[in-house]
Amino acid sequence: MAAVTETLDTVQSVTQSGYKWGFETKIEMDFAPKGLNEDIIRLISARKEEPAWMLDWRLKAYAAWLKMEEPDWARVDHPPIDYQDLHYYAAPKKKPGPKSLDEVDPELLKMYEKLGIPLKERAILAGVDPDTVENTQIAVDAVFDSVSVATTFQATLRKAGVIFCPISEAVREHPDLVRQYIGTVVPVADNYFAALNSAVFTDGSFVFIPKGVRCPMELSTYFRINARNTGQFERTLIIAEAGSHVSYLEGCTAPQRDENQLHAAVVELVAMDDARIKYSTVQNWYPGDANGKGGIYNFVTKRGACRGARSQISWTQVETGSAITWKYPSCVLLGEDSVGEFYSVAVTNNHQQADTGTKMIHIGKGSRSTIIAKGISAGQSSNTYRGLVRMLPGATNARNFTQCDSLLIGDRCGAHTVPYIESRNPTAKVEHEATTSKLADDQLFYCRQRGLSEEDAVSLLVNGFCKDVLKQLPMEFAVEAQKLLAVSLEGSVG
Amino acid sequence: MNTGAEGFLERYEGLAGRLPGDSAMRAAAADAFRLAGLPGGTQKRRIEAWKYTSLRPVAEAVFRRDSYPRHEAETILAGLSLLDSPRAVFVDGVFRADVSGGLAGGFARFADQPDFGTLSWPDREPMVALNTMLAADGAAFHVHAGHDGGVVQLVSIMAGESDAHPRHSVRLDAGASLTLVEISAGQGAYLLNTVAELHLAPGARLTHIRLQDEAATAFHVSTTYADIGAGAIYDSFTLTLGGRLSRTEVHAHLTGAGATAHLNAAQLLGGSQHADFTSVVGHTAPGCSSRQTVKTVLAGRSRGVFQGKIAVARDAQKTDGYQMNQALLLSPDAEIDSKPELEIFADDVKCSHGATVGALDAEQLFYLRSRGIPDAEARAILVRAFLAEALDAVANETIRGRLETAVAHWWMRQAA
Amino acid sequence: MLDIRGLAASIADKPILNGIDLVVPDGEVHAVMGPNGAGKSTLGYVLSGREDYLVTAGTATFGGADLLAMEPEQRAAAGVFLAFQAPVELPGVNNANFLRTALNAIRRAHGEPELDAVQFLKLARAESKRLSMPEDMLKRNVNVGFSGGEKKRNEVLQMAILRPKLAILDETDSGLDIDALKIVADGVNALRGPAFSALVITHHQRLLDYLVPNRVHVLLNGRIVRSGGPDLARDLEKSGYAELIAEAA
Repeated sequence: MAAVTETLDTVQSVTQSGYKWGFETKIEMDFAPKGLNEDIIRLISARKEEPAWMLDWRLKAYAAWLKMEEPDWARVDHPPIDYQDLHYYAAPKKKPGPKSLDEVDPELLKMYEKLGIPLKERAILAGVDPDTVENTQIAVDAVFDSVSVATTFQATLRKAGVIFCPISEAVREHPDLVRQYIGTVVPVADNYFAALNSAVFTDGSFVFIPKGVRCPMELSTYFRINARNTGQFERTLIIAEAGSHVSYLEGCTAPQRDENQLHAAVVELVAMDDARIKYSTVQNWYPGDANGKGGIYNFVTKRGACRGARSQISWTQVETGSAITWKYPSCVLLGEDSVGEFYSVAVTNNHQQADTGTKMIHIGKGSRSTIIAKGISAGQSSNTYRGLVRMLPGATNARNFTQCDSLLIGDRCGAHTVPYIESRNPTAKVEHEATTSKLADDQLFYCRQRGLSEEDAVSLLVNGFCKDVLKQLPMEFAVEAQKLLAVSLEGSVG
Repeated sequence: MNTGAEGFLERYEGLAGRLPGDSAMRAAAADAFRLAGLPGGTQKRRIEAWKYTSLRPVAEAVFRRDSYPRHEAETILAGLSLLDSPRAVFVDGVFRADVSGGLAGGFARFADQPDFGTLSWPDREPMVALNTMLAADGAAFHVHAGHDGGVVQLVSIMAGESDAHPRHSVRLDAGASLTLVEISAGQGAYLLNTVAELHLAPGARLTHIRLQDEAATAFHVSTTYADIGAGAIYDSFTLTLGGRLSRTEVHAHLTGAGATAHLNAAQLLGGSQHADFTSVVGHTAPGCSSRQTVKTVLAGRSRGVFQGKIAVARDAQKTDGYQMNQALLLSPDAEIDSKPELEIFADDVKCSHGATVGALDAEQLFYLRSRGIPDAEARAILVRAFLAEALDAVANETIRGRLETAVAHWWMRQAA
Repeated sequence: MLDIRGLAASIADKPILNGIDLVVPDGEVHAVMGPNGAGKSTLGYVLSGREDYLVTAGTATFGGADLLAMEPEQRAAAGVFLAFQAPVELPGVNNANFLRTALNAIRRAHGEPELDAVQFLKLARAESKRLSMPEDMLKRNVNVGFSGGEKKRNEVLQMAILRPKLAILDETDSGLDIDALKIVADGVNALRGPAFSALVITHHQRLLDYLVPNRVHVLLNGRIVRSGGPDLARDLEKSGYAELIAEAA
């Protein structure tokens, strides 16, 4: 426990510095009016000081978006979204948050406490304006303290040749690289939300790992409480050149207060020969209250292209938040002997709806993919695994193994499994298994007979159920993810 | 003469008022069909249930309305080597008493049967709407409480290049049993679009075998709805061998506690055949179980589709659902699309499905050949072994033997 | 002291226990014997709080506290340990982690400090060794892929670590060879002392050769029909239950 708290403290300070020095845009207190049109896109592009080609690209995406229809095939249900009633450009500190922790929902604070998050960090996560937090002194110290740490990080990365910066900075500083890759994995008109994102994205990261370089650190560490900076339309692009390795982690175990209801992010990964990208997500956006009021709509397009021979892309996600999740991190396995992996835990409670899964598109000879998806439904929630495995004619000797397990807690929720398997190569082999069951009474009783409370017993059994996925997470995060599962399912039994 | 949905609707308008049964239901079905059109053909919006099968070739085909000389049908019938049991034979969709035989009191024609439309959903299934709108004949079997109706064959021969929309029903009273063997064959480019409604009262048992051995140029669509009462057993097996484009759709609804459904199938496809086996098992009562094994063997440029949904309603606690679907690709040009699906709203359930897709095991093949078995024969042995698990589900040995012979003939056609 | 009076219980409206009176003083080991269906396992479940069983009459106190009013985990914290006849498998749950979680939950309930991973492992290893159990048992998932004998030994290991005041052994001897049987008996004997009591539910007298009880009770049709000293078990082994069943009928 102590070790975790310590890590959090360190991380907190580091991320704040990252936020302060590395990621904040220079424009303060800047609002665009509500609504979306070409002028708004021109404004965004101008504010970001983008080159002309970037603006053209955005406008093209916007034109495509106008002709598209919001998808309706997912098993999610929500009132229509008025896209003209949103702000598409605003500086981060746009709305006055709570003045102090006293104004924050006590339920949220109780959850932070259970997750072992330090007090100061709780305030930031809850959206309290840092300037008004009582112990400002500590915050300032932390920032000062961490400048050097951040600089050290940046220096280490630079020395290795790694580029890691906000995407808007990359558009200005590394235009050729961005132009070469952006939209090549997720084309601008790929789907409704991707097109929208392409038109209006403002935040996100750019990562470039040069040939043969193993990124000297987990790029996760920067992003631990990057929450306030995580935009509504985030765009991330990660390029791993031949023989390079990188591990990237986004998200946070703490639920984040957020004024934006709609999130439509796009993440593109490119892996060349022998490159490896490990992308881990812990998503715990505000899920709405116990009655299903409020909460984030998280409509995300994540896709990786294994372009090189023996390249490898691995997605690990722990999804516990958001009112609605619509997300299918996918791999396009073009390279010979390339490898795609998807490890997922999706938890829904109360009135949450999740429709999530993956697509594995096998094109290259000998490409292999593994899908392990664990869905846990509680309360009155709906949890759907939707996945596609496609073996194209060239995918000689390709392999896929899929295991989908659903666990139901309570009799008011739904658990659904919708796999699509398509094969056009006789030498390709696909194996798919799915099970649905409930949390067994005899297992619960066994644990309680040994002294565990009902909640601890549920937590232990659910963690056991998710073990194959959780072990894929970076070490210190796995511990917190375990706690998060327990917190997310609180009140679901009994 | 119009083709596609318009052609069918035109025909309906011309027949209006002259068809038996509830005319309001027919009109509603016609409205539904007008709205939906033929999936993949004239329909406006993509239907998820028809994701992998397009009826565009049906929409583009011209079906004849004139009748054919009877001897062609008789030649086809003679070639079927039917079982020595009662048979109801339909030629081009019309009952033919002269070639039928042995039918007892439990048999009636469509025009007399009261179960028309009690289970089907024309508003959800365009081809059921089409059938409901145009159905003119069919068989109705009724077995009284506690009686065994034995084995009955329901034969469809399509001899002309026409379309037919037979409407069948089976009603088994409490504790009754029946084995229904449905065989379809023919010649030419025709459309057979059958709908069957099956009522199983508590404790009833229906064994339902379908042998689809249509002409290589034919379109075959068959939709079955079964309502399975408490403790009743619906045991269904479908063997798909023929047809240019075929779809067998089974909706099994377990509506009484402790009911059982077995929906097994095997599809053997070659050439440029397209075959689709789609099933929905609806668990609405508690303590029911469903079992399903579906195997597809694909040669040539064929395309196979399997869609199988297990849906468990909130009240269907203690449900036990299992499904396995496997495909064997024998050719680099074949394609299999498989969509097993679980939709679960009850918590105290055990549901699982498995799916595999692959080729013949090279090591097994080598093993057989190293023992002196020629390549073609070794492949045949392995394919037969692959199919065995599905075929073994047919308990009646005579019928299973008949199906195995049909499989052997299919294999010989592939080898030729 | 375990004090059961007039205890009646049913499952799904079917009465299983029909008025049990049984007192197990501290420091004593009592055996409960009886034919299949007599209600032996039900007694264990009811005492440990399994929810499927409905107590319809009677009381059960342990150390003066009302056992029947407690949640299963509160009973565990109070010192009641049930060695399951069919130990439950917990996929994905590591044995050592499970035991440590349980031990710390009980320690917390007693206001005792929790053991950290290092302290716990030291304890667990020592106990495993004492019970001649392979150490890798701790690393495996709880009961998953264990043989019948391994599962039973795992129950004894848990008991040794959790140190209950009352152990209820539900046919822990079934399916064990003689060596495993000795290990089980040794495990219980090691805990014997003035503050430990045990209720040994068994079919056979065999276990009682190694785990000599103070008293033996015979359960039939949900009632205790006869009680006596260790000799009663030996008599039953010879004569069987037939005579008693006839008597009861």
